[in-house]
Amino acid sequence: MVRFGRRLALCMMGALAAGFAAADASAQDKVSVAAVYTVPIEQQWVSRIHLALNAAKERGEIDYVYSENVANTDYERVMREYAEQGADLIIGEAFGVERGARNVAAQYPETAFLMGSSLPAQEPNFAVFDNYIQEAAYLTGIVAGSVTKSGLIGMVGGYPIPEVNRLMNAFMDGAREVRPDIKFSVTFIGSWYDPPKAKEAAFAMVDGGADVLYAERFGVSDAAKERGVYAIGNVIDTAADYPGTVIASALWHMEPTIEKAVEAVRSGSFKAESYGVYSHMQYGGSSLAPMDPAIVGQETIDLVEEKTQAILDGSLVVEIDDAEPQSTL
Amino acid sequence: MGDILDILTTAAFWAAAIRIATPLIFGTLGELICERAGVLNLGIEGIMTAGALTGWLSVYLGADLATGVLLAALVGVVFGLLHGLFTVPLGLSQHVTGIGITLLATSLSYFVYRVVLPDTSSPPRIDAFPPVAAELGGIPVLGPLLFQQTALTWLALLAVIVVAYVLYRTPVGLAVRTVGENPAAAEAQGIDVTVVRIGAVMVGSALMAVGGAFLTMSAFNAFFFEMVNGRGWICIALVVFASWQPGKALLGALLFGAFDAYQVRLQQTVGSLVPYQLFLMLPYLLSILALVVMSRRAAYPKALMIPYRKGER
Repeated sequence: MVRFGRRLALCMMGALAAGFAAADASAQDKVSVAAVYTVPIEQQWVSRIHLALNAAKERGEIDYVYSENVANTDYERVMREYAEQGADLIIGEAFGVERGARNVAAQYPETAFLMGSSLPAQEPNFAVFDNYIQEAAYLTGIVAGSVTKSGLIGMVGGYPIPEVNRLMNAFMDGAREVRPDIKFSVTFIGSWYDPPKAKEAAFAMVDGGADVLYAERFGVSDAAKERGVYAIGNVIDTAADYPGTVIASALWHMEPTIEKAVEAVRSGSFKAESYGVYSHMQYGGSSLAPMDPAIVGQETIDLVEEKTQAILDGSLVVEIDDAEPQSTL
Repeated sequence: MGDILDILTTAAFWAAAIRIATPLIFGTLGELICERAGVLNLGIEGIMTAGALTGWLSVYLGADLATGVLLAALVGVVFGLLHGLFTVPLGLSQHVTGIGITLLATSLSYFVYRVVLPDTSSPPRIDAFPPVAAELGGIPVLGPLLFQQTALTWLALLAVIVVAYVLYRTPVGLAVRTVGENPAAAEAQGIDVTVVRIGAVMVGSALMAVGGAFLTMSAFNAFFFEMVNGRGWICIALVVFASWQPGKALLGALLFGAFDAYQVRLQQTVGSLVPYQLFLMLPYLLSILALVVMSRRAAYPKALMIPYRKGER
């Protein structure tokens, strides 16, 4: 009786272990993704990553957890916590913590890291991405150059970091393409979230004669709306909130990047490479929000369409210029 | 060179200066009342954040604008009471308590925000305060300067007058000033030092919260993390600049607003010649300079930051 009981117990334990193993296997079908953001998920940039990850979660491809508003000084600790918990893929932004984030990645070689960064990837597991949507920004520049009457475009940014500069520069190139004599007024407010301050900077530009505003920050489109001038959106689509004010937007889509990375992790082929290219138009990583022909004119839309085709077939390459943009005197 | 000075003669520039100054006027008046009663309130940054959230959230959840401002003030009163209880009867360090209040109020605001809006791509907008009389906006100078401002800016200007009147012309004001100068003398006059100090901190904190609410209900129409962006700390410096006098507080806030409005306009004329960081620094640099000049003759409340314990010699 005793022996039988022991055997039964062993069987049960075996069955339980098998059950756990099975549960484990089904969990492994889903890639567990953890994201660490230095800003709240409302921030334009991060909102696009959050959106793409939530979409993948809805499709049942990943388990997704995240921490937002993590200070740079806490960043490594939070990365480590997720790595210790067994996340397969950790996504975040390493801009303010490049060295620390790379150190953490080196200590967890089994975990895949995909980080927003303007620097190269690092072997074996630290891949990078960035908002390389300069093509769409260039196209919005064409729109801005076509609609401006005063020939002065106001641009309000947070900080002149590569992620902001490259879009501003591409935008300026696009505007010069249709109107070589165009002038720009560039201001940085030294904050990511101070919409009242961004609004004041935008008001100052309208007072100075600008009739199109490049809205890098929240607050600029509000100023444009109040003063009755046009605004160009950036990264997110805010046209619905500002009908008739935001006339064109360069949108960033993180979905292609996320899909590639999740697939690579699932198939075990994740490498330290740059995913930046998946933000290009060719891969669907960026696009132009729909425009209203009544406002921007059919001619402009046709021109933008023509340039879009040129970008897609590779005959037009939009330069990536990360230098700080300057006002025209 | 002409361009650089021409900016100062435009009405739009002065209108911007008043707009930028409005939250600072509220905050500086609030801090001034606290300090006049002898209590330093470093909770200001957090209380402004809490006010910004409360005002905006109340309107988003269906309250009208006036109710939103009142609720923001009420939240300010609650945090003021907390700060008062720790620093007045318990006599704890005013610095440490104030910083604690800032951390608590800020984090609590973010927490409430995230509980109400767990997953948004951009914060919902409210219909913010409109200009008081947009139809009069066309009047030269006065139009943009006053009539295109919102009701909260008028409230800020009115608050300066009310605070100055109460402080200098009423028994309540005398009591507040006395507990900040010489609490033992106030006690001898039959004034309850504890009650007056806590009351002053509560009223001051209410003004701070309304200053925060201005950011989300007038200057902008949504709440963002970190959007108070150090304005509270500027108010602390402005109180010293103002030598603890409401009239000079208004002047200081307007001066800071003018510097800030000036630097964004200056960036457009000579922006490519000078790094933008220098322009952003300008209002702070000039404020420090002004502070150095003004504070030489500043007379601070004698009992500032000294807890009063009954019967102690």
